Formats: sequence, C-alpha cells, structure tokens
Amino acid sequence: MTAFAQRIWASTLGRHLLLAGLGLVAVALVLENTSAFRNGQFAVMAYMGIAAGGLTVLTGLNGQLSLGHGAFMAIGAYTTALLLDDYESAPPLILVLLAATAVALVIGAGVGVAAARLHGPYIAGATLALAIAVPGIALYFQGTLGGEQGLTVVVPDVPNWFADAAYFITANDVSSSKYVAYIGWFSLIVSYVLLANLSRSRVGRIWRAVRDDDVAAEIAGINLGRARVLAFVVSTACAGLAGAVLALAVRLAAPSGFMLTLSLALLSAVVLGGLGSLLGALIGAALLTFLPQVVTSIGLDAGLTDLQAAELAPLVYGLTTMLVVILAPAGIVGTARAARRRRRSHP
Amino acid sequence: MDRAVSTFRMSGISVNFGGITALSDVTLDVTPNQVLGVIGPNGAGKTTLFNVACGFVQPNTGTLTWRDRELKRLRPHQLAGLGIGRTLQGLGLFDRMSVLENVIVGADRHARAGFFSGLFGLRRSANDERALAERAMTVLAELGAAEHADQLPSSLPYPVRKRVSLARALVSEPDLLLLDEPAAGLSGDDMAQLGELIKGLSRRMSVMLVEHHMDLVMSVCDHIVVLDFGKNIASGPPERVKEDPAVLAAYLGDEVEHDNPATTRS
Repeated sequence: MTAFAQRIWASTLGRHLLLAGLGLVAVALVLENTSAFRNGQFAVMAYMGIAAGGLTVLTGLNGQLSLGHGAFMAIGAYTTALLLDDYESAPPLILVLLAATAVALVIGAGVGVAAARLHGPYIAGATLALAIAVPGIALYFQGTLGGEQGLTVVVPDVPNWFADAAYFITANDVSSSKYVAYIGWFSLIVSYVLLANLSRSRVGRIWRAVRDDDVAAEIAGINLGRARVLAFVVSTACAGLAGAVLALAVRLAAPSGFMLTLSLALLSAVVLGGLGSLLGALIGAALLTFLPQVVTSIGLDAGLTDLQAAELAPLVYGLTTMLVVILAPAGIVGTARAARRRRRSHP
Repeated sequence: MDRAVSTFRMSGISVNFGGITALSDVTLDVTPNQVLGVIGPNGAGKTTLFNVACGFVQPNTGTLTWRDRELKRLRPHQLAGLGIGRTLQGLGLFDRMSVLENVIVGADRHARAGFFSGLFGLRRSANDERALAERAMTVLAELGAAEHADQLPSSLPYPVRKRVSLARALVSEPDLLLLDEPAAGLSGDDMAQLGELIKGLSRRMSVMLVEHHMDLVMSVCDHIVVLDFGKNIASGPPERVKEDPAVLAAYLGDEVEHDNPATTRS
C-alpha cells in the first residue's frame, strides 16, 4: 500500500468511505449485469439490509430487543406513499427518503422514551404490540391510508441526469426497477457508513458499555435513559428509510406487507448474520432475500411440485436459523471473527 | 490542573427499609486528601452508607454536601460530572470491550465530541477519541496494566481486572474516590500493593473506602468510622479506634458489650 492509502485506511472515516466506494462499484457491476427481475430482488435485499443494519445496532450494540421494527418500516412506507401519490406534485426523491426517515425517527423517539423505562422482555413485549397495532391503523383510517388495499406509490421517472450518467458509464439504459435498486443500495451504503461511524465513536462505546453492565456505565457518568433512547431512535430512523425503499420497490404500502412476520424476519436476519455487525446484517438480508428463491428452484429441479417447492423455502430458512443458533450462536460474522481471533492468538 | 478542594459531608443520614433501620443518624466528613475508612461487622450498614453516598439509595433523612452545595436527588450518573468517582463491589467490567475501551468509558466526562461529529466521522471525533485513549493509557500505565490494553477483561487474572476497574474510576480524575471493598478477592501481596496505591492517591484526591480487611484499613486510613447496627459507634484515627471498647465489643460479640454497658458511645 502506498503511504496515502495507508493514511486513509488509518482514519476511521477514510476506511468507511473507501469501503463505501468499493461497495458502490460492486453494486453497479452487479445491477448492470443482472436482469430486471434480479434488480428487483436486489432492491428487496437493500431495504431488508437497511432495516437489519439499524436493528443490529439496537440489539447487538445496545442490547435492546425490538420485535416491532416492521412497524417503523410501515411508517416510512406510508410516509413515502402519501408524498408520492401522483406524478405532478411529487417532491424530489431525496426529500421523500429524508421525510420517511424523519417521521420514523420522531415516532421512534416517542416509543423509545417509553421503552427506555422498560427492561429486557418488557421492551420486546411493547414493540411486539406496536408491530401488531400499526397495520391496524391503516385499516382504521381507510380514507387517508387506503385500508386493506393500501396506497399505491408512484415512482418518479428516472431523472435525465441519472440516466445520462449511467449510460455514459455503463452503456446501458436505466429501467425503473434498476433505478429503484440503485436508490436502495445508495441508501444502504449511506446509512451503513453513518452507522459504522457511530459505532466506532464515543456514542457506540457508550451503547456497548450500557449493554454489558448498566450499573457500571451509570457510575462512569453515562445517562442510561438517554443512551437507550438514542440507540432506539437511530434504529427506527433506519427502519423508516428502509420502509421508503420498500414502498418504491413494491410500489405499494399496504398493511399485509407489514405483518409481524416482517419484524421477526428482520430479527432472524440479524441473529443469523451476527448481532452488532453491519456485515452480518447484510449477509442476513441476503439470506432472507435469496435463500427462498434458491431453495425453491432446487426443489423444482428435484422434481417437487410448485407448492411443495414453495413450502420447502420457509422450512430450510427455519432449519438454517436453528442450526446457526445452536452451532454458532454468535452468528455467521461473529463466529468467523472469533475463529480468526483464536487463530491469531494460537498460531 | 486547578482542583476544587472540598469536604464531602454526610450529615444525619437515616435509611429505613420497610420498618428496618439500616442507618440511623450517621454523620461523617471526608476532608480534602483524607482517606476515610468505614468498617463494621456484617450487616452494620456499610454498603447502605456507601449507596447513599453515590445516589443509589435516597436517605429518609439527612443531607449530602459536596463543594459547599447540598446534593439533592442525586442520580448515579451525575456523580462523575461532580468529580466523584467510585468502584463497584466486585468488578463491573464491560465483558465484551477491551481493557482500553473499559477505561475510556470512565473518561467519558472529559469527552468533547457529540453525536453528530461521531455520526459524520468528523476530525473532532477522531481527535477526541485519541485524547481519551491517551488519558486511559496513562492511568493504565500508572496501575501497571498498560500491556493488557487490547485484551478482553475475562482473559486476565482477577487482581489485574481489579486494577482495570480502579483505572476506570481514576481516569475521570475525581476529587473524591469512593471504593467499595477494594480488597475483596485479593491476596496478601496484591493487598499491600493496593494499600500503597491508595496512600499515593490521597495526594491527589480524598478517598472514602468501605472495607472489612482490618489490616488494610488500619494501614491506609487517616480516619475511621465504625458502624454497628446502622449506628456510628466510634470514629477517629486508627490507633484510637483500635482501642475503643465499643469497637471491640461490636467485633468480638455482645458478651463484652453486656459487661461494659457504659462504653457503647465514643
């Protein structure tokens, strides 16, 4: 490595930006060389990854368990749908994403203040109630939120500057689904850089201290309530952003998209990947998105009927989760890191 | 650095737990650069007194005064900011954080970078982190634990972990240090080292320690407060407290007390 590259790598921000740049190149390579259908799947992976990233910070770094992050994704998605309801009056997309993040952040602050007074299973219970209640709100306010059918999302046209720039670099035209996938991955990379910065800073250290021993942290001068609310708010903001990307990707915000299974899937992704690790959250999101597809097609190739093959997917996902929890409770990334540490100390 | 020299005063402290009197009318002063020891048999109220001193227990009556101000409704996390450091009985180390990180958490009072400089990875945050790490390394070196900075606490022997937890309290640069059974679990040599260390610390700060190892208390303390059944039965310099009949009675059992009913107050 040259001295310049070494200097960049030595600074936390430099390292994160370098990884972000490499990530962006990788994303472009993948999206340009896959079909529109795959682009759509990558958009799914992006929003699951964003939400899982926020959740892994909350659960892995701060030790708070949330069973209700799907509700905050719903808040982000409905905010997006309300802002993007027709072509003419659509605000710039970046503002829509920020608004979805901000609304989830504000509601998260309210819930977080309540949750900070609770401990362990009680927070899980409170957030569980939220996951169940929020889709119900959409049914109740049928006029504004569209009831069971939900709200359709009008995805704005690909801006000319983006299409031109993409054509200049890749010599491909940008379809709408590819545009959404780019937005999703750009959001993911930005949010991961910010989360990585935070977790390497004083804030992340305080979160981890509170997680490991709250009494000792308190004595060291840390305001436990403030630390817990902050972690909660940061993770709900991520869920809001994820919800916005979801709304763009499926072009719909409807209660059926935000059932309890979404919250549980997020949690399982975080546990599979390894609590507290952003890379782990990304791996978890990838498994969540692609494992069912792979398993189903393997099942079809093996001569199963469509229905049997489709039922195979949740079975394999469940078994994978159980195996990881039993054999590698630190998750995929956590176990790999522990193995590397052991190798290093006993060469 | 200029330090606010102050006396820590607990006056008229009484604590009842559901009808049981844990402390009754205890008064003590920790004067600047003094090492004050609180001793007493099991159940005498030492830990309760300690918990009152650091805000974990609100007294039913009585006041705490520090830097000429009464501490009202003291919350534990406010202590560090007031220049009061404390250690926990046992260790209370953060298991999944390195020794260095453990100590840096203790220095949080001196941190300057806020949420946004951390979020955007600004230079301010990086500089602040470096300054905190330097503070922490200085204290670790002082306590002879610098070579363990990158290790996890669980991989270290108990006496070293004990020093790490002391380092975490010291790195906040307190003017008053509250030590809860600092010698628990230490053997003779380690205890002697701890004694020397505490004596050295008293040049920079006041120390109040709760301890039941008599040798340590007698050798390091300038002033001793003896509790029995929640009452202050004696106080004074070690050599006087050692001879006090009420203290002997409390430690040797009530037989002596019955023989000398007139000597239960100093």
